[in-house]
Amino acid sequence: MQSSQTLSRANLAGWLYVSPLVLVLVPFFVAPILVVLAASFFATDGFGGLTPDFTLASYIDVLHSALTLKLYLATIKFTVLTWIFTLIIGFFVAYFLVFHVRNQLLAIGLFLLCTVPFWTSNIIRMISWIPLLGKEGLINQALLALGMIRQPLEVLLFSDLAVVIAYVHQLTIFMIVPIFNSMARIDKKLIEAAIDAGASRFDIMRLIVVPMSKSGIALGTIFVVSIVMGDFFVVKVMSGGGSASVVSAFYEDVGVLQYPTAAASAVLLTLALVAIVSLILRTVDIRQEITR
Amino acid sequence: MKSDRGDIELAGVCKSFDGVTNVVDGVNLKIADGAYCCFIGPSGCGKTTILRMIAGHEDPSAGEIVIGGQNVVGLAPVQRRTAMMFQSYALFPHLTVRENIAFALRVRGMSKADRLRAADAMIEKVRLTQFADRLPAQLSGGQQQRVALARAAITEPRVLLLDEPLSALDEQLRVQMRQELRRMQQELGITFIHVTHTQLEAIALADLVVVMEQGKIKQAGAARDVYAHPHDRYVAEFMGGQNVLSGRVEKVNGSSFTLAQAAPDGIEVPLQRRPSVSVGDKVDIAVRRDDVALVRPGRELPPGCTNSLPSRVLAIEYQGYFVKVMLDTVPDDAFVAYVPEKTFFADPFTVGDVVLATWATGSALPLA
Repeated sequence: MQSSQTLSRANLAGWLYVSPLVLVLVPFFVAPILVVLAASFFATDGFGGLTPDFTLASYIDVLHSALTLKLYLATIKFTVLTWIFTLIIGFFVAYFLVFHVRNQLLAIGLFLLCTVPFWTSNIIRMISWIPLLGKEGLINQALLALGMIRQPLEVLLFSDLAVVIAYVHQLTIFMIVPIFNSMARIDKKLIEAAIDAGASRFDIMRLIVVPMSKSGIALGTIFVVSIVMGDFFVVKVMSGGGSASVVSAFYEDVGVLQYPTAAASAVLLTLALVAIVSLILRTVDIRQEITR
Repeated sequence: MKSDRGDIELAGVCKSFDGVTNVVDGVNLKIADGAYCCFIGPSGCGKTTILRMIAGHEDPSAGEIVIGGQNVVGLAPVQRRTAMMFQSYALFPHLTVRENIAFALRVRGMSKADRLRAADAMIEKVRLTQFADRLPAQLSGGQQQRVALARAAITEPRVLLLDEPLSALDEQLRVQMRQELRRMQQELGITFIHVTHTQLEAIALADLVVVMEQGKIKQAGAARDVYAHPHDRYVAEFMGGQNVLSGRVEKVNGSSFTLAQAAPDGIEVPLQRRPSVSVGDKVDIAVRRDDVALVRPGRELPPGCTNSLPSRVLAIEYQGYFVKVMLDTVPDDAFVAYVPEKTFFADPFTVGDVVLATWATGSALPLA
């Protein structure tokens, strides 16, 4: 009798502990997803009106469209390119900060410097590329002045290149932070022990630093991949409308009141992302990083 | 051709990190090939810095470090053919025991089959065969220590440097691993340099004990020499086992002198090891704690004892095979007698008893 009472009290305390998180997650995460999921099965009159129904028509539409595959390929291309560049830059910036800046205060200062781009809005950050990459931008003018080109390069702005540049600019910090975090936990004595064993700089990076930063790399990868795959704005602005991503397609759908198709696309993209993230989590044990 | 000898010579070695104070201050030392050498001193005395300079992880600000006849300053650890065993071991947490031990061979470009064979042989030597595929976190402290030792020894270095290798272990294991270190050293036949702050560890292991204070060597010699014949007050107090008394010289007569003390006639001290003493000098002397005998007032002093200091018993600690009796013999310093257990309990003292502390006159040792 008494034990069941204490048990229920412990239960109540447990529920109280999780309640703040539940209060945030249910209305702002679970409910919207359920709405989208429900909408994806609804029928539409073609003018924005939804009739509660259970039809797979929207899914069939999306999966049968040749455009879907093209959009996924384009999105994957942006994702992979952005991932590679943010990973390389992020890894080396973190490596430099952790292993080459001896003064801790300076390291923290430089680390904060990495966040400077975030002091201004996303849109400003993208627009600021125009004077650099534009037809009459700095790069073209410089190349023209040096006589290396005769015509301004058009590929610099409003192109896939510009899209990737903007993504890398925006997202490298999401690689730096988790990689920095896991690298900073590597005991400097391990590096010394490796030097003592005769390891070169490259050996140390390959055999010690990279394997021990794996969880940071995985976390950064999850950030970058999910942001790029869920974005349409950068593609729209930086490609000048020339390229599209999966999300831009259902943005268009919403624009023409095709809510169920948009919802079905969204559900499919979510599933694809869940698959990618769980694949990453299977390869690298991130819990180890969080609980360490 | 490279020398295989592991004899080390430090000549005027200094190290300063800030350009103002020398952490290591003009150290000169010779260590024979195949010796077991212990550096001992309180934390911050520069012993670890010396070790790291010999290892090549730190460059001396001045002076030469010669290993096997070759000045190694500026050379990488691999070129010096030294290997270091780090404090708290610094095992690679993501590699198995076998991979940890084979690491040095891997970065030297040895083929996988060869290096794993060599690692397995070494694993057998440190008796870890059944743990070869475990990660360091799955091993006990003693096992981790053996992995660290094996990892350092696999490159067949001519000098093995150990930075407080036993400090992470509990008391019992420490004694056991101490023997294992000594066994490995004899088996490998190479020079071991071991840094510690535990006196017992140093005198139990070392052929050469080096006592340090504030970047300088206070005394270097065989364990027994350093323990039984400390050079000065610092060494005597640091190594322990000695009572240090100081006083002014009252008179000098031939082979001995008399030190003014609480005793009515002063203390008679033989003049070995300290040739020049003149009246009025302030002199420290050391008397081994196990040389001190305690006699009840009025009883006869044991043969050979001419000095006796009246004292009161302050505290008594039972230590097993002896009893530690703390006395108020000298006003400011501790004065302790280690009385054999059987002797003590034949006529036990209690706290507050008045006794005479005495010792064979010849056993007192004047300090520098």
